[in-house]
Amino acid sequence: MSPEYYLILAAALFCIGAVGVLVRRNSIVVFMCVELMLNAGNLTLVTFARTTGTIDGQVMAFFVMAVAAAEVVVGLAIIMSIYRSRRSASVDDANLLKA
Amino acid sequence: MDEMTYAPATGALAWTWALIALPALGAAILLLAGRRADKWGHLLGTATVGAAFALALALFASLSGLDNKSVHMDLFTIISVGEVQIDASLFLDPLSAIFCLLITGVGFLIHVYAIGYMSHDAGRRRFFAYFNLFVAAMLVLVLGGNYFMTFIGWEGVGLASYLLIAFWQLKPAAATAGKKAFLANRVADVGFLLALFTMLGTLGTVDFAGVFNGAESLTTGTSLALGLLLLVAACGKSGQWPFQTWLPDAMEGPTPVSALIHAATMVTAGVYLIARSNVIFSLNADVQTAVVVVGALTLLFGSIVGCAKDDIKRVLAWSTVSQIGYMFLAVGLGGGAYALGIIHLLAHGFFKAGLFLGSGSVMHAMNDQTDIRRFGGLWRVMPWTYATFAAGWVAIIGLFPFSGFFTKDPIIYAAFAREGWQGWVTGGAALLGAALTAFYMTRLFVLTFHGPRRWTEDVHPHESPAIMTGPLVVLGLGSLAAGGLMASPVTTWLTPVFGETHEAHGHLTHTQVTIAATAVVVLGAALAWFLFRRGTDEVPRAAAWPVRLARADLGGEAVNRGVLERPSRFAAGAAVSIDARGVDGVVNGLSAAVGGTSRRLLALQTGFVRSYALSILSGAVIVVAALMVVVIQ
Repeated sequence: MSPEYYLILAAALFCIGAVGVLVRRNSIVVFMCVELMLNAGNLTLVTFARTTGTIDGQVMAFFVMAVAAAEVVVGLAIIMSIYRSRRSASVDDANLLKA
Repeated sequence: MDEMTYAPATGALAWTWALIALPALGAAILLLAGRRADKWGHLLGTATVGAAFALALALFASLSGLDNKSVHMDLFTIISVGEVQIDASLFLDPLSAIFCLLITGVGFLIHVYAIGYMSHDAGRRRFFAYFNLFVAAMLVLVLGGNYFMTFIGWEGVGLASYLLIAFWQLKPAAATAGKKAFLANRVADVGFLLALFTMLGTLGTVDFAGVFNGAESLTTGTSLALGLLLLVAACGKSGQWPFQTWLPDAMEGPTPVSALIHAATMVTAGVYLIARSNVIFSLNADVQTAVVVVGALTLLFGSIVGCAKDDIKRVLAWSTVSQIGYMFLAVGLGGGAYALGIIHLLAHGFFKAGLFLGSGSVMHAMNDQTDIRRFGGLWRVMPWTYATFAAGWVAIIGLFPFSGFFTKDPIIYAAFAREGWQGWVTGGAALLGAALTAFYMTRLFVLTFHGPRRWTEDVHPHESPAIMTGPLVVLGLGSLAAGGLMASPVTTWLTPVFGETHEAHGHLTHTQVTIAATAVVVLGAALAWFLFRRGTDEVPRAAAWPVRLARADLGGEAVNRGVLERPSRFAAGAAVSIDARGVDGVVNGLSAAVGGTSRRLLALQTGFVRSYALSILSGAVIVVAALMVVVIQ
């Protein structure tokens, strides 16, 4: 089975994630889209590991998962605390950096 | 002149440094101890100068026992660069020894007087600290073993003079006068510095012996330049033409300051410098002529302006200018006249200090008024001040047998002894100066102490306390007798410094000069007494142009304003506008450009996370696209 299908799937997933991050306002959804992009990357890594016959890509995918899990914990906590203080989970409301 | 050699400092002479250290220590203690010393500061300040006077007497005694009277000692090295080495060294010879006696002796009397004069002043401790600082600096000046040490003392007395003129610094006139004195001195000090550089450049040393022994080898141009530069320095410190304007303004300081610094000691530093450098000045006849011209011009200048002033201290100040003119004339004539200048300086130290302290006593009695038009008839109220002032008066005008007669007449005689027509000019100037001196001093004396009382209503004159009249009496006695007693022994004493002298014979004999001088003095004094015996107007009357000119300091101020003040104001204005428009324009323009650009760039910071994400994504796409382009190629 040729790896192109996997790579096309990964690219599609990444694009869905990227568009989601750009267009959605709800921070939970934005967060899920980020996960989607990460896993698209994982899929690509595993695919290439398979085609080259080495396990480097698979190991890297594990690392990405571990980091992503940690990131989820921190990110959700931040979203929670923003929601508590502002009663809103919209990323457009969190605009303190505006000049 | 013979080769100059130094004698080592032995015995008591090894303690010469303590002469400077005593008042310097007093100044340091008084300045550092602060208010704690307010109660006893003036006593300490007076005691250090008294001790210095005792030490100076001891040094004088041990110096007179030596054959080679040029005692030199090195303390430490100040500068050592390449082949040039400048030491902090002291040099005690008959000239500096006699100056030490004058500075500490008259200085001590004035310190005692100041205890009484400044007793009601809140800043008395500070005053005595500066006074001690001045004495220390002046001693460094006269005891310095090379021109560099002299220069240190020179700057030190300039500083002390500034601090003391501007002592009442809240009075704008005093603050301005202090700055004026400092600036005028600074300008002249440039002459001293250039002279130092010239010595280092040509002779490689600033040591007295090195310079004097090497002076013969200098080219005419160099010795001319050196002499003129030193003359500029001397003119500045001594208030000689064209630097004379700062000295009368210096009268804004407390009266003891006027007496000590601006009459008896500091202003004579110029005379000291020329007398000390007599080897250099004797090398070049043109330089000597320059000194004579400055002296003759200034002695007339000072005495003419002195006739037109109505402020008791200013009249005395202009008479100081004029008397120092006599000293310059004497040291400029050279040869035997060097000693005459120094003797007149010593006698002047006594009678001018006495006159100034007397004027302080009068001001004390008259609620600090200084206008002689509002005095009159004080002789009955202030007998001690009157008697001592009278002693100073007869001494300064040079009546026989008082001080000035023995010190001024020889100068007039020596002035006539110059060759050809120059002798008639300088002698005539000196004689005319003597007549004018008699006129304005008698005017001052009569208007202050005799004639009808023209007091303002709220003054109740009284005699000053004993602590003020005591020094007056001592100085008064000194004024009467010093000249006659000192004239011949001091000449002998100073022989090692100036060499053997031959008396020059001039156009007139001694007898003729004495008769002429006495005649013009009596004439001037009698004229003044006749004109002012009934007092004078209480406001100045409209007068002919010579009087108006003299009242305006013979245009000295106008020249300063036109030549110095206007151009420097213009230059300052130009500098300000260049700074504001040019330099500030560039800097402000640059910052405005940066600020404007960044304000425009600020619009990019929307605060929307999603727009940041979009820019990250576009950046990543561009990078990847660029990579692919490179890889595919």
